[in-house]
Amino acid sequence: MTTAPKTIPISIYTPASQLTEPGRLFRGMLRDMMISRELAWRLLVRNISSRYRHTLFGYVWAFLPPIMTAGVFVFLQKAGYFTVGQTQVPYAVFVLAGLILWQAFADAVHAPLRLVQQSHSILTKVNFPRESLILAGVGEVLFASLIRLVLLVLALLWFGVGLPWTAIWFPFGVLALIGMGIALGLLITPVAILYHDVGQALPFVLYLWMFLTPVIYPAPATWPGSLLILLNPVSPVLDTTRDWLFSGSPHYVSGFFAVCGLTVLALLAGWLLYRLALPILIERMSA
Amino acid sequence: MAEAPVVEVEQVSKKFCRRLRYSLWYGLTDLAAELTARNGKDDLQLRQAEFLAVDDVSFELRPGECIGLIGHNGAGKSTLLKMLNGLIRPDRGRITMRGRVGALIELGAGFSPVLTGRENIYINGAVLGFSKQEIDAKFDEIVDFAELYDAIDAPVQTYSSGMYVRLGFAVAAQLNPDILLIDEILAVGDVAFRMKCFQYILDLKSGGKTIVVVSHNMIDINRVCDRIVVMDGGKKIFDGNVSKGIATYEDLLLKRGDLNEQRVPDAAAWIERIELFDSQGRRRNDFTTGEDLIAEVTMSTVKQVSNSRLIVHVMTPTLGILGSFASPHNGFSFDIEPPGVVVRFRIRNMPLLIGSYSLRLSLYGPEISDFLHTITNASSFKIIAPSVDTFGYGVCHSIGFDHSWEIVRCLADHQTKCAP
Repeated sequence: MTTAPKTIPISIYTPASQLTEPGRLFRGMLRDMMISRELAWRLLVRNISSRYRHTLFGYVWAFLPPIMTAGVFVFLQKAGYFTVGQTQVPYAVFVLAGLILWQAFADAVHAPLRLVQQSHSILTKVNFPRESLILAGVGEVLFASLIRLVLLVLALLWFGVGLPWTAIWFPFGVLALIGMGIALGLLITPVAILYHDVGQALPFVLYLWMFLTPVIYPAPATWPGSLLILLNPVSPVLDTTRDWLFSGSPHYVSGFFAVCGLTVLALLAGWLLYRLALPILIERMSA
Repeated sequence: MAEAPVVEVEQVSKKFCRRLRYSLWYGLTDLAAELTARNGKDDLQLRQAEFLAVDDVSFELRPGECIGLIGHNGAGKSTLLKMLNGLIRPDRGRITMRGRVGALIELGAGFSPVLTGRENIYINGAVLGFSKQEIDAKFDEIVDFAELYDAIDAPVQTYSSGMYVRLGFAVAAQLNPDILLIDEILAVGDVAFRMKCFQYILDLKSGGKTIVVVSHNMIDINRVCDRIVVMDGGKKIFDGNVSKGIATYEDLLLKRGDLNEQRVPDAAAWIERIELFDSQGRRRNDFTTGEDLIAEVTMSTVKQVSNSRLIVHVMTPTLGILGSFASPHNGFSFDIEPPGVVVRFRIRNMPLLIGSYSLRLSLYGPEISDFLHTITNASSFKIIAPSVDTFGYGVCHSIGFDHSWEIVRCLADHQTKCAP
């Protein structure tokens, strides 16, 4: 028997909304985020290694989709099926950078929902810090983006594209895109877990969204094309990030920072929603 | 000073809905209520298609107590366990858990099939809250416990179900929680492995930890628990002593197995009822091992049936028929004349141990094919004493054998000490 007085963790479960005790809620969120890190790392390693363990070509699958997609657009553009106006770097590099940035965002939108669904069996059986799933999701997106950035670097070398000094801001832009994606993903996860309609629509919506974002074409400066920048929060972030890499003179820096500010708020809101929703979702998952 | 309860469950209720459409919609409305902080007022209004999976359950557990939670499938045991584990929240009432909670709910939950046993140990360990250093330190112990040895570097999808569960348990057994929740995990694995599981539980128990076990195996429950809560339809219907709890549960099983009756159409004779008495002629349903049980069977008839036979089967809800005897065996024969007859049989020195038992009666005419009437669960009785011992120091299971021991010879050279 231990006689030394130690602090015993006390858990109290009541029907009251967790919002009625905000102090306890926020302390719990911070504590769980801190203790999540090790588990998140394990889950990340597990997800990455189990994804490629059963493949012949391994990490090639991480490179292949952006190369193929970029190749298709380059072909269509070279063959004259569509024109995108003047780009400051060879179109192949331009579109590859755009696709890689967009993919970082799209992966991030999918990540929270995917991780929660994939962890269905442990969520309904083991009480572990749920924040670890989100951290692992962020890690996976970062890992995939990093692999694709290697591809971009190779393309830059191949085409002999020189970079302006503002390229050092590029990683910040990538993080902003991932942050936006995760925030959006967190906000849709609760409803998506209950109603799978959301998950069904998501790839399709993101596909359309990509064409409404200056990914394969430069940001249009004139009306009505400029609406894409005004109404689509991804546009200023993606375009600014790409401009930092290539031209050094982005057009939508204020838009970029405005969206970043909103992203921070949305991330906090998404985290809170995720936290509040999970017990209710688990109840319905096991139903 | 009395020790403070480690687990306090106060008037806890939980709603449940089996209709998916409704359930999803309620999930959404519950979510909205949570976000607007509206659901704090113990609102237990049942919506359409909802019922109470856990209905106003209260109990307290003190350090060192090991409680068995038993009941039918769907009685609310697992839902209660999920609430104790903090996975879902009660709809009414309050649960207080003082200490670190560990749960053995589904072993190996979260194992990734394509990864090796070694990798999964680290992942599973992290899910359960261990750091890498802790697992490093315990790694060999885990592999030993799981008896995996060479297989540790093979993907777990190549494991047999036994190996899978052993690995899951080996990791989980490194937990040293203050409160341990166990759901139906003792039912898996071979005997040697089950003994290890028991040892782990008993060690925790003797270390003053509190344990909640959900199981359908009464022998397991008997072995580890010192208190039983029986649940039925979400309600707590019994809380107390293990033997009585198990008898209550078996009784419940008997009552649910409805009075199963078969009767040939236009049967000439049939069984009306059976009543049980002790040797003093008092009507009883609770007996102790070694007592006499006397039964009176009333049969009715519309026409005479000569040389009738009555067959008695003694059954348990969990094991089925333990033994049968027929009236001609002792040379007893009887005729049923209108309007009927009452016969009496006596089971001498009842050899059954603690538990719930039932009688099935079958009535036949003189020939093998002269079936008239059979009633399953015609009557039930309980053996309530003396208590059994599952640790190998007394008698246990269903039948108390009349037995004796003696030393035959001593194999040592000097025989002074072991003369009979």
